[in-house]
Amino acid sequence: MHFQYVFDNFASLFIGGLVFGSVYALIALGYTMVYGVLQLINFAHSEVFMFGTFATVWALWLIGADATTMGVALVLSIAFAMVASMITSGGVALLLERVAYRPLLKRGAPRLIALISAIGASFVLSEAMGLRGAIASALGLSDTLGRYVARSRENLGMPTDRTTTVQFELFGYGVTNVNIIVVVSAVLMMVAADQFIRRTRTGRGIRAVAQDPETASLMGVNSTRVIQITFLIGGMLAGAAATLYMLHIGATRYNAGFLLGVKAFTAAVLGGIGNLRGALVGGLVLGVAEGLGAGLFGNEWRHVVAFVLLILILLFRPTGLLGESLGKARA
Amino acid sequence: MLLEVRDLSVNYGHIEAIRDISFDVPEGSVVTLIGANGAGKSTTLKTISGLRKVRTGSIVYDGQDLAKVSADRRVQMGISQAPEGRGIFPGMTVRENLEMGAYVRRNRSAAALAPDFERVLTLFPRLAERIKQPAGNLSGGEQQMVAIGRALMAQPRLLLLDEPSMGLAPKLIQQIFRIIEEINAQGTTVLLVEQNAAQALRRAHLAYLLETGEIVRSGTGSELAGDPAVRAAYLGGDV
Ligand SMILES: Nc1ncnc2c1ncn2[C@@H]1O[C@H](COP(=O)(O)OP(=O)(O)O)[C@@H](O)[C@H]1O
Ligand SMILES: [Mg+2]
Repeated sequence: MHFQYVFDNFASLFIGGLVFGSVYALIALGYTMVYGVLQLINFAHSEVFMFGTFATVWALWLIGADATTMGVALVLSIAFAMVASMITSGGVALLLERVAYRPLLKRGAPRLIALISAIGASFVLSEAMGLRGAIASALGLSDTLGRYVARSRENLGMPTDRTTTVQFELFGYGVTNVNIIVVVSAVLMMVAADQFIRRTRTGRGIRAVAQDPETASLMGVNSTRVIQITFLIGGMLAGAAATLYMLHIGATRYNAGFLLGVKAFTAAVLGGIGNLRGALVGGLVLGVAEGLGAGLFGNEWRHVVAFVLLILILLFRPTGLLGESLGKARA
Repeated sequence: MLLEVRDLSVNYGHIEAIRDISFDVPEGSVVTLIGANGAGKSTTLKTISGLRKVRTGSIVYDGQDLAKVSADRRVQMGISQAPEGRGIFPGMTVRENLEMGAYVRRNRSAAALAPDFERVLTLFPRLAERIKQPAGNLSGGEQQMVAIGRALMAQPRLLLLDEPSMGLAPKLIQQIFRIIEEINAQGTTVLLVEQNAAQALRRAHLAYLLETGEIVRSGTGSELAGDPAVRAAYLGGDV
């Protein structure tokens, strides 16, 4: 074990963990919100995120942003990419709800059946992205779509300049502009989502359905709409996470959702599934633990550390760090 | 007639919960459905609210067939229910629960809801003291008050009450029934489901007795209260 290494690089490992943790937390919100209203693990949420990473790159291509785009133009391009990513991921999430879940739940299918449907949808979405080249050529669209469908099973990188600049020193670690952007945007998005749930009429409807769907109907809450909005918000947050991830990591591929999805789901369970603030806490704790664990045991132990942590915490707090559900969360 | 139920049957899978029941609720009245546990009372109310599927028969509210009307739309039309077992939102405060009752109203500003809050808190002064507490921390009687008050916040024309006296101390039962009379006197039509037949029949203009999914007796409240069969089975021999 590399205690001396961790000791010397604590700030770097810690902040690196926070950055990753913010992305986990944003994705975790989608798992936790859908679980809150449907008691369903939306297994395909990882693909909702993955579509966002591609939308980010494609949006940048579309407006011609490349390695020479600098300054204000770069900031605006990234902002545009994030909006495009949020719309794409939100749309994929809505589609999932409509196609993979609603028909089942309407017929009163058990949650286990919906979970199988979710796993299937996850494969379909991931492979649809991985086979987009083949699909385009079958439709005779290869030339029209060009680079958007080329090398569809390989990594796709961010086209924009990714050089980071150190903004200030924190305990000897140079915090970069990208570190700040990722953490600050993630926290802002989460605060916005939290306020939406607590303050707006639709947010009240979401909480009511989470606590008692039948009584919510008696109040005149349209549960189909509430479920749709929940998927939409979760999807948009995953889309925002996707752009932040691309800023930080710089590349994606058709199966990039899987690991991130499993981690974000772990974060949601760690914090207390169904609990919005739990997703934030779970994401950050997981990110930091993973960062420090990777420093201590070597990077190949990163995932082991994450899951050992999950098991340990659930042994002592079976409902997660913050426990209570979305519905019971107090305003 | 505010509500006309005709030949209504509702199933859970293959089990018939109610079979061919018909009854009327005139505007301005208190109508009660009494019957033992499992007779189909809650199923009837849930079907009127749109939570259960009609197998055969019809429900006509204010001249309009509800067959194709969604549950949330029915609340907008003025049908509001305080469900059995209180069905409050335990993680919301009393105030938030009451506000949920007004969910379908167009204008939900504090000013628009003020008269309704005043009405509910006048009927249930106890709730004023508890307004900021999570409803899950309230006693059974207080939760029942929240459920009824919340249903009133929708400004219903037809108030459906599912066993409001269930599990309450005798003194509280008296109080709840007095409040139901008061709500009716203020102009709201009430369809009251009860196992506590004595109390319900004393207040009802019209009463129906439900046995294993079928209506076996009907009449005015005092007619049913005087019926020997009803007395023997539901009133313990005296009212
Ligand atoms: N969700 C359900 N699933 C299956 N059967 C049910 C369900 N709810 C009620 N029932 C059955 O329907 C019948 C009527 O129940 P209910 O309407 O709750 O009666 P009551 O309110 O008069 O006690 C009972 O036989 C009950 O067992
Ligand atoms: Mg009942």
